[in-house]
Amino acid sequence: MSLLAFFEWLGDSSWSTGLHESQYAYSIIESLHVWAMAVFFGTIAMVDLRLLGWTMRKVPVTEVAGRLLPWTVTGFVIMVMTGSLLFLAIPLRSYQNIFFRSKMILLLLAGLNIWLFHRGIYRRVFSWNLEAMPPVRARIAGALSLALWTGIVVSGRMIAYNWFDCDRQPQTAIINFLTSCSGTGP
Amino acid sequence: MSLLPFFQWCYQTPIAETIRNSSWLFPVIEAVHLLGLGLTVGAVLMVELRLLGAGLNRQPVSQLAASAQPWLLGAIAIMFASGIPLFMSEAIKAYYSFAFWVKMTSLFLVLLYTFTLRRRLTRADAGANPALPVRLMAAIALVLWFGVAWGGRWIGFS
Repeated sequence: MSLLAFFEWLGDSSWSTGLHESQYAYSIIESLHVWAMAVFFGTIAMVDLRLLGWTMRKVPVTEVAGRLLPWTVTGFVIMVMTGSLLFLAIPLRSYQNIFFRSKMILLLLAGLNIWLFHRGIYRRVFSWNLEAMPPVRARIAGALSLALWTGIVVSGRMIAYNWFDCDRQPQTAIINFLTSCSGTGP
Repeated sequence: MSLLPFFQWCYQTPIAETIRNSSWLFPVIEAVHLLGLGLTVGAVLMVELRLLGAGLNRQPVSQLAASAQPWLLGAIAIMFASGIPLFMSEAIKAYYSFAFWVKMTSLFLVLLYTFTLRRRLTRADAGANPALPVRLMAAIALVLWFGVAWGGRWIGFS
């Protein structure tokens, strides 16, 4: 079964139509998504800024990470749960949406950045824990994290707009390629 | 005196009209507003979580508040710089929106707290386990910030 057929099937399920047609469910879930985003983005940004040496310069990096990241993880878990429901409500359109796709790619890159950071310079964190200005590899990880999550938030917000949707033809060939649209309609 | 004429005036300004006539200006300003929200919440949580006893408890509150202050002010500046044009472009809708008034009331109260009472709380330097009234105040502040974010999102749904 192709992804397209799968998401078509998913969109016809009672779960999906129930969410889609409910008067309040979608709005409430989206509000939770935004609220969790604020907690997630805010706390990870503070950790990133510490890695950049731009805030809490006197506080050990492990303490900033240890005390703030549980909030970041909580926000992330709520975002994944609510985000999955938002996707479930309109699976096919989301799958073909250019901003949804860029968001997923940026999410993968953000995950990769975290993994590389923990595999690399963070293993030796106790040698630079107290430095006001962490080593350059930690600063790069912090800057990349800020840039990627900024791109993810912006992409996420833009999913709501239909400028590049399949049912709005004609689109340029590159757009139809990036959204897997046939170019002749939805 | 009704505020409606003021809201109508906002709605008719050239800035508001430019935003309404553009298909991408509103979404772009809105995205900036959303990023500002995240940054605001980060700078707020750093201090309020500490006052709750659920944050960087080993650090002096005054020092955390000083670290967070430039980011808080910068984030609030982004929020106003992006939020005011968004508001102007749909001022009349906002006037009749319950969510908008919830947001403005919460915002006024929480900013008042942040720039008056909280300054005293952070200077007094609560210990690792802040007193109950301090924790309560921080919890109220977080509920108010939640009201600001909830109201803001809900303006778009109404």
